[in-house]
Amino acid sequence: MTALLEIEGLTASVEGKQILRGLDLELPVGEVHAIMGPNGAGKSTLANVLAGRDGYEVAGSVRLAGADLLEMSPEERAIAGVFLAFQYPVEIPGVGNSYFLRTALNAIRKARGETPLDAIDFMAYTKARMALVEMDPSFLGRSVNEGFSGGERKRNEILQMAILEPRLAILDETDSGLDIDALRIVAQGANSLRRDDRSMLVITHHQRLLDELVPDVVHVLAEGRIVKSGGPELAVALEESGYGILELEGSR
Amino acid sequence: MTDLTDAISGEKSQIEQFAEREYRYGFVSDIEADVVPRGLNEDIIRLISSKKDEPEWLLEWRLQAYRAWTTMTMPEWQMFHLDPIDFQDMIYYAAPKTKPKLESMDEVDPEMREMFDKLGISLAEQKRLSGVAVDAVVDSASVATTFRKQLAEVGVIFCSFSAAVRDHPDLVRRYLGSVVPFRDNFFSALNSAVFSDGSFCFIPKGVKCPMELSTYFRMNQADTGQFERTLIVAEEGASVSYLEGCTAPKRDNNQLHAAVVEILALDGADVKYSTVQNWYPGDAQGKGGIHNFVTKRGKAMENAKISWTQVETGSAITWKYPSVILQGDNSVGEFYSVALTTHYQVADTGTKMTHIGKNTSSTIVSKGIATHVAQNVYRGLVKVLRSAEGARNFTQCDSLLIGDSCGAHTLPYIEVKNSSAQVEHEAYTSKIGEDQLFYCRQRGISEEDAVSMIVHGFCRDVFKELPMEYVVEARNLLNMKLEGSIG
Ligand SMILES: Nc1ncnc2c1ncn2[C@@H]1O[C@H](COP(=O)(O)OP(=O)(O)OP(=O)(O)O)[C@@H](O)[C@H]1O
Ligand SMILES: [Mg+2]
Repeated sequence: MTALLEIEGLTASVEGKQILRGLDLELPVGEVHAIMGPNGAGKSTLANVLAGRDGYEVAGSVRLAGADLLEMSPEERAIAGVFLAFQYPVEIPGVGNSYFLRTALNAIRKARGETPLDAIDFMAYTKARMALVEMDPSFLGRSVNEGFSGGERKRNEILQMAILEPRLAILDETDSGLDIDALRIVAQGANSLRRDDRSMLVITHHQRLLDELVPDVVHVLAEGRIVKSGGPELAVALEESGYGILELEGSR
Repeated sequence: MTDLTDAISGEKSQIEQFAEREYRYGFVSDIEADVVPRGLNEDIIRLISSKKDEPEWLLEWRLQAYRAWTTMTMPEWQMFHLDPIDFQDMIYYAAPKTKPKLESMDEVDPEMREMFDKLGISLAEQKRLSGVAVDAVVDSASVATTFRKQLAEVGVIFCSFSAAVRDHPDLVRRYLGSVVPFRDNFFSALNSAVFSDGSFCFIPKGVKCPMELSTYFRMNQADTGQFERTLIVAEEGASVSYLEGCTAPKRDNNQLHAAVVEILALDGADVKYSTVQNWYPGDAQGKGGIHNFVTKRGKAMENAKISWTQVETGSAITWKYPSVILQGDNSVGEFYSVALTTHYQVADTGTKMTHIGKNTSSTIVSKGIATHVAQNVYRGLVKVLRSAEGARNFTQCDSLLIGDSCGAHTLPYIEVKNSSAQVEHEAYTSKIGEDQLFYCRQRGISEEDAVSMIVHGFCRDVFKELPMEYVVEARNLLNMKLEGSIG
């Protein structure tokens, strides 16, 4: 059981405000770990820091398959196989979704020494993946996320994950804002992308996603660190009793 | 706190690092030129006119314009600082010494052809393939017009302005100044007095011009101003698509470019005028560069349509408002603009749509992009006269800022005298989003490619109005200018 991602003593602050306070986490190859925790605990911050977003003062160590992740630019991390499904995907007006996706895929393929896909090959490559999240091909012709509903944006994120085939997928509340059917589609879509050589870090507030995408481990992130870890049953217990139980257990 | 500030300023210096992409067209060609003495007075105007063998009426028109000009003063409402211009310290006429009257391309001076090759303008056979007829104006004189014969077969006249004065004096006399009278403004008066050459284009009744027409302007001589004049007349039911491109050598001082473009679209005619402007913008410290002060206006008669599309990336200062007078009922005016300013460049541009006829409609889409310390101003006037029953206008002007030191200003003026008019205005200013950049980079797209992608997306509504052949050119130009505008 080799670790894909090893986080040790990770701290992060923004404008002098400390958000991550010495976080440790190990994610083995091929496993799915869920991260739960109260609003404002630092979950999105963790996702952003892992993906290399600017603006954080970061210390500690993060290794991806042994390589120092914190040294890399965001695009280098993406090329190394880090994918972040954003909690709030942005619009890019005037940039076609398929053009965007193809540019991204080809940037990554190029770095892997693979030949770039032309528009026609890309369509073939994408079609089956769109079916996975039940997205209509018309979305390819629209601008990136422009005018997409909240649920459509989240599906588009999973579509991108299916296209880019990362080895580390970080899903930041990909299940929030979805109606019941969309939640099932997204959860099943993500679950079908599970692979022996792909690990996932799934940030969520709800058990329902984890019913489909059953995690190997559930972590609770509170006050900037992992305060508790357990099996899938931990998520169920939290759903029933809330984060109050953590205090009772005095896990800090 | 300090770390964050450092991070931001570190970002900026990275932005600046990329900055130096050289102006590719900054060479000076060693072509012998015939110049008139420095300065401006009636004798100079007489000299210019006689060098060009002009008829008496045209000299008279120039002199009237000159006299009007001497009573006028430079406008002062612009949104930028302008050092006083010494109009006596300028050369008003410089023509390449080789005879401009050429019949075939093969006769063009080899130096000049080499220059055109450097510019990427193939006056020769390549253009036949792309089906674009080109007139090239260097400094003051028009040196070559390709495809004149093929065009003549369908009755289209496309030639240098001087040739038009010589060969079609009645047409020129009839239409010159009919859309932009010399009294219109300070620079149009100056241009009317000293204009040296330019292009003339006449599309007769019912003719669809079989190819794109295109003029390339090039300023080569030092200390010259360039004052070209373009006149396009499309008769009833005629249509034409016209493109203008421009470059200039790098020089330390500012050179004045004060052109006039007049378009007359008679009943049912359709004229599309596209500009890809890449005059020398000055260096990264704001030294030198072209002052591009141009008057462009079209008049659309009944059911006629005039469409301006401009991609403005060059010049130290761009100051112009391609406009349409919607004279006839049901006439249509359009203005699509991308203005990209970097370093110390300024663009104060926009349009003026004057609705006179009934059910006239106008569309304005302006996209301003500023980086470094550049300033970008959209200034527009939509004027609906009492007579313009059922007039409609839609205006959208968006600005995109790259970095923190540049500026965008939107100055829309609306004057409506007819209550049935519908005028709609939308404006947005956005900073190129950190969020958008991060989103792209997270997907593996490099920062530079991401900036270019976001900017092109921002300009899409304008680029789709350009003739197909020029979309690639405009995109490349934009990329070249953007390279280095952000880290
Ligand atoms: N750029 C920033 N400037 C100031 N404070 C920030 C910034 N980014 C995050 N924070 C703060 O850090 C804390 C953690 O935010 P984060 O978004 O990581 O929480 P989260 O666990 O993802 O919460 P949620 O469950 O609501 O998505 C919050 O208190 C937030 O306000
Ligand atoms: Mg969050």
